[in-house]
Amino acid sequence: MGNRLRRQDAAFRFVTQGFAFLVLLVLAGIILTLIAGSWQSITRFGAGFLISSEWNPVTEEFGALVPIVGTLVTSAIALLIGVPVSFGIALFLTELSPVWLRRPIGTAIELLAAIPSIIYGMWGLFVFAPLFADHVQPLLIDVLGPIPLIGVLFEGPPMGIGVLTAGIILAVMVIPFISAVMRDVFEIVPAVIKESAYGVGATTWEVVWNVVLPYTKVGVIGGIMLGLGRALGETMAVTFVIGNAHRLSSSLLAPGNSIASALANEFTEAVGELYFSALIELGLILFVITFIVLSLSKLLLLRLARREGKQT
Amino acid sequence: MNRFNLFMSLVATAFGLFWLAWILWTLFDAGLAAVRPEVFTQMTPPPGNSGGLLNAIVGSLIMAGGATLLGTPIGILAGVYLAEFGRRGWLAPTTRFINDILLSAPSIVIGLFVYEAYVFHVKHFSAIAGILALALIVIPVVIRTTENMLKLVPDSLREAAAALGAPQWKIIVMVTLRAARAGVLTGILLAVARISGETAPLLFTALNNQFWSVNLDAPMANLPVVIFQFAMSPYEDWQRLAWAGALLITLSVLALNIFARVIFRNRTASV
Repeated sequence: MGNRLRRQDAAFRFVTQGFAFLVLLVLAGIILTLIAGSWQSITRFGAGFLISSEWNPVTEEFGALVPIVGTLVTSAIALLIGVPVSFGIALFLTELSPVWLRRPIGTAIELLAAIPSIIYGMWGLFVFAPLFADHVQPLLIDVLGPIPLIGVLFEGPPMGIGVLTAGIILAVMVIPFISAVMRDVFEIVPAVIKESAYGVGATTWEVVWNVVLPYTKVGVIGGIMLGLGRALGETMAVTFVIGNAHRLSSSLLAPGNSIASALANEFTEAVGELYFSALIELGLILFVITFIVLSLSKLLLLRLARREGKQT
Repeated sequence: MNRFNLFMSLVATAFGLFWLAWILWTLFDAGLAAVRPEVFTQMTPPPGNSGGLLNAIVGSLIMAGGATLLGTPIGILAGVYLAEFGRRGWLAPTTRFINDILLSAPSIVIGLFVYEAYVFHVKHFSAIAGILALALIVIPVVIRTTENMLKLVPDSLREAAAALGAPQWKIIVMVTLRAARAGVLTGILLAVARISGETAPLLFTALNNQFWSVNLDAPMANLPVVIFQFAMSPYEDWQRLAWAGALLITLSVLALNIFARVIFRNRTASV
């Protein structure tokens, strides 16, 4: 009887192990099928694919520079706005808010992450972009436009849709992810350390800036990377508002394109094997970039967790 | 300095809440006017005609249901491995790492993968492909929550069961998983909420269908793709239906999220 039980246990373990292994197979499957699908484009364009801004389905000349730049710029704008705001929210939730308010406000911010991305897109296109074009963009053009160096970023007509709009909407979408990680890592700071800082007369801000933030630096960066990973791959919201123009422009107000939005717009309508293959290579590039960013995020958060484990 | 920065923190929180309120207000404003009984009884119309979203609602339910049925058992079993057997060896830490990355990986890439691996070979879009893509999104969510919840179960419970002579699989199925079931259920609900609004992976898999179809091997209408198509169109009737669909999706997703939190809180509070 002991043997039978042992065999049952081994079988059970084997089955669960198989499903865990499946996760690795999915990853390998994604990478291999994307490479296979984009092989034609990879062999045809080589590394030049990454730096060419050409995107012409008629002459079958393809390059990824415009969507890559669009993806990076929109994500950068998202972080520029999203990180300080997320920090403020995490600070509010861990240090300022009365205890009874923490849960409702924390939940409300988390619900921002639950709203489907297509809703952000629709709202951005129909509500935010027109208001932005009428009230904010003319102001940006008038005030920031004449300034040398950064002026070129704010040139052109106020159309509402464009790279800047996409970046702002992405910022709102990554705030819940970044602020949740920041709040969690702020909470692991031992009370003793904070209390001793308060004890020597530090203000709340000084405690957060000089004690909490240095203590949790690794985790904070991990949270920012997580937000970046989300922003890079965000599809529907960006597709609605970025304007989908395969053009490189110095102005943030001009329409552009991101990898994900190019895929969403063109994939089902693509004709010709090379066009298809080039689009799949875009997907491969996106996956590789997000994989690296998310891995870094995970490694940083693991490092913080491990240090935490050692100290307590 | 202190006062000012703390004030800015308050402003940042208000900023975050402001967007939530604004988006919800827009949805109710534009969506409530558009949600009429026809939305639930008629098919998606050709441009310029009135109609409803019935086929898209049913299609979304079928695909979300199928993906949950397919993805949940896989996710739970893999989560069990990570929590119960994953203390030694290389497989568990690697899986955990990769799973967390897949959890945040761009969903459009999942759609591309299913297109390349399945749709391309059978040469037509289908609901099955949509279900596969959504299941691949369900699995990481369920794995993560299952593992976390199982780890919360005290070891003394496992030891007590083992002392009674129960084999390990029985301990896991009948004691540990049962003790963690509220948490596991929370994870499943969150996964359903996540896939209910997913659009990108469906664009290349289930595509869309203007007509009533419950054939799993054919393209199937679904709310997110219909919303995408109708919202981007120049026709007012279509745009109005898109707002109705947007309100329906958001309400169900938010309800699922809040429901999941309530279940989790009540159960964990009572333990």
